[in-house]
Amino acid sequence: MSIELKSNVPAGPLAEKWDRHKFDLKLVNPANKRKHTILVVGSGLAGGSAAATLGELGYNVHCFCYQDSPRRAHSIAAQGGINAAKNYPNDGDSVWRLFYDTVKGGDFRAREANVYRLAQVSVNIIDQCVAQGVPFAREYGGLLANRSFGGAQVSRTFYARGQTGQQLLLGAYSALERQVAAGTVQMHTRTEMLDLIVVDGQARGIVTRDMVSGAVETWFGDAVVLGTGGYGNVFYLSTNAKGCNVSATYRAYKRGAAFANPCFTQIHPTCIPVAGEHQSKLTLMSESLRNDGRVWVPKQKGDTRAPGDIPDAERDYYLERKYPSFGNLAPRDISSRSAKEVCDEGRGVGPGGRGVYLDFADAIARLGEDTIRERYGNLFEMYQRITDEDPYKVPMRIYPAVHYTMGGLWVDYNLMGTIPGLFVIGEANFSDHGANRLGASALMQGLADGYFVLPYTIGNYIATHKLAKVDASHPESRAVVAQVNERMRRLLAVNGTRTVDSFHRELGKLLWEHCGMARNAEGLRTALARIPELRAEFWKDVKVLGTGEELNQSLEKAGRVADFMEFAELMCRDALVREESCGGHFRTEYQTSDGEAKRDDERFAHVAAWEYTGDDSPPVRHVEPLTYENVQLATRSYK
Amino acid sequence: MNLTLHVWRQPDAGSAGRLERYEARGVSPDMSFLEMLDVVNEGLIEKGEAPIAFDHDCREGICGSCGVMINGVAHGPMAGTATCQLHMRSFRDGDEIVVEPWRARAFPVLRDLVVDRSPLDRIIEAGGFISIATGNAPDAHAILVPKQDADSAMDAAQCIGCGACVAACPNASAMLFTAAKVSHLGVLPQGQPERDRRALGMIAQMDLEGFGGCTNYGECTEACPKGISLETIARMNRDFRVASLRARPESAAAAGAP
Repeated sequence: MSIELKSNVPAGPLAEKWDRHKFDLKLVNPANKRKHTILVVGSGLAGGSAAATLGELGYNVHCFCYQDSPRRAHSIAAQGGINAAKNYPNDGDSVWRLFYDTVKGGDFRAREANVYRLAQVSVNIIDQCVAQGVPFAREYGGLLANRSFGGAQVSRTFYARGQTGQQLLLGAYSALERQVAAGTVQMHTRTEMLDLIVVDGQARGIVTRDMVSGAVETWFGDAVVLGTGGYGNVFYLSTNAKGCNVSATYRAYKRGAAFANPCFTQIHPTCIPVAGEHQSKLTLMSESLRNDGRVWVPKQKGDTRAPGDIPDAERDYYLERKYPSFGNLAPRDISSRSAKEVCDEGRGVGPGGRGVYLDFADAIARLGEDTIRERYGNLFEMYQRITDEDPYKVPMRIYPAVHYTMGGLWVDYNLMGTIPGLFVIGEANFSDHGANRLGASALMQGLADGYFVLPYTIGNYIATHKLAKVDASHPESRAVVAQVNERMRRLLAVNGTRTVDSFHRELGKLLWEHCGMARNAEGLRTALARIPELRAEFWKDVKVLGTGEELNQSLEKAGRVADFMEFAELMCRDALVREESCGGHFRTEYQTSDGEAKRDDERFAHVAAWEYTGDDSPPVRHVEPLTYENVQLATRSYK
Repeated sequence: MNLTLHVWRQPDAGSAGRLERYEARGVSPDMSFLEMLDVVNEGLIEKGEAPIAFDHDCREGICGSCGVMINGVAHGPMAGTATCQLHMRSFRDGDEIVVEPWRARAFPVLRDLVVDRSPLDRIIEAGGFISIATGNAPDAHAILVPKQDADSAMDAAQCIGCGACVAACPNASAMLFTAAKVSHLGVLPQGQPERDRRALGMIAQMDLEGFGGCTNYGECTEACPKGISLETIARMNRDFRVASLRARPESAAAAGAP
């Protein structure tokens, strides 16, 4: 069975597509909605908002999360803000401008119609969140405050101190719990999805493991929604929560869902540098800090003077120098790469020379310490807690870290994957950010998908498909459950000598080296040769203690790392074929003489979506051409 | 640094538990407390012993997953800090550290340091929301919120739901957790229509879950990694009393309305 990538973008002028489409979508009779079951996996901004909204509409919803409460999904850690084309500051923003900035920021590798819709519904998100009681920052007059954020020249970012993700997620969570109380949503916490059940070509159910009792269970419905986040933890060290994983989307891929642009990963420029081998994760410092902080390194190689002892003339404010119009606010990919360059030149600061300064001295002199404290107080505290240095006095040290993954399961305009009935929302899909996501756009997309897009499109699917009843006795379900159990049995049976984490760390290092901020064919081939070996070692030598019938955190990790081991290969393969540099994907062979990314629109103005064909045969690369009817493909320039 | 740990080990909810002694060698002061446990666990696995189970996820102090009693103090010795953000520089070479799970009747131990905090979700279900279905919202600027109210709502809304307040309280009360949500929504204009129901419903649920009452020890706010203030409890008590005085039985039709 070969995959066909039909985007299903509706006809008509860009600005009218979504409205027309909403009218064309079939509706489910309100009295019948409760007879339709929808399985939502993940309870972050996308999954949580979708489950709540579908519950409000009257569907019978089951929502699953691996955490002990839906309030803990990793959306909670987003700091900076959420974009919306409200144009409250009257500074020239519009739906069109947000759309254009997002397409351009994504280096023209996103689907135009999806991005336009995202910009359109962005305004509804703010309304919804305010009504839920999200305590956004306000001006003295009682109106909402806005700020400019990473790469935008208008102030369109709404924020709640440095905890915007937390507040938006708690808003979605409260809506979700309201539906739990109302009986429309059943919440299954500490429950991990281990596989997808496809019956007659349609996604009909999932297999889960109860992470306390170990019970393997099946769940069935009319549709399955994956809001399971990104795969940044394939690098081991990332800003993701420790539990974030690729398993749900990768299992779906192995059941026939195409995986799009897996090589598009975002390296965030402002994270706290690695302190040592024990490092278990990296902590992001919101890039809102770049609004007031200035990034610099010493001009001199190997300059070990304390930052305060280096006179201004001997500092290189390299972002301001290279990108005079955007300066410290240059987009994430550009800022990250520039940091890597200066460190590669031997001008990095801090232990190991893998860091650059983010300096607030000028802003504190200009605005006063109180203003800076008001804007970033909690971030400064967090930094001090981790590094034991006071950023009010000494410049922060930052270095890029894996943060977000633009790639994900391929979806059409209705957010449905290549398996009918499988919907994918938020970071788990590939659709809106192209090759690079702009700051404050992840929260926007997660909530757009969950509150305002999926609830419409999934109704159309349900209204237009008559589905036979499926339960655990179905042969397909039994087969999948047997495979899940067999895999766990194998993991437990290896009883080798190395811990799961030691394998994960090794995989992460390999990818960071060869498929990180800069990639080239040689490195990718090295990784592609090494990954299968490492995978074989994993299955021969991993040590997972205990049983499957208990709370067993090693077993949970082992299952996720086993998927990362396979997924890593897909990522490198995708990076190798894409012989161009675009957004977060920088191939050193494809750059201009002054080191800027060189896109190849002739050959690569498309989405690459991979089809699984079996463990022993290479995946097939399918292509969805990207056609731009409303914007002109331009070379991104932030100079 | 070399440390001696005494860690609560309990295979599951139904079994008895006890403190086990472990030596943690070569601990770097730059490690977080959880990274120190990671290292201990790696050693245990290599020796063929079951690793210590503990809840954790974001490891940047915001998800609220982690939290253990460290020498009898919820989240350990550093004020305003969740366990994942506590670094080993807070300890000295040779220290003995007792690590236990949250202790509260409402939080049964599931394994080792992992407890069941689902009662907190059920307290939210009982009213910790504003009833507004998706799509019903007026324009965001239709509702003016004075900055000081937005700020005080935000102060309360910062609660990460870790349960340290319960663990620290001699009565194992969930007042600070509940009050944080009641205050967050109660100071905002959007939260007014349901203010009475919210206070009554959430407090009733809190009692039902088996949490103790508040007797103003103030241990909760000391342990809170987000510095939620006791004022929130005062505000909730006021809301509760006002609501109790005003409470009238809802008509059957009104109670059944969506």
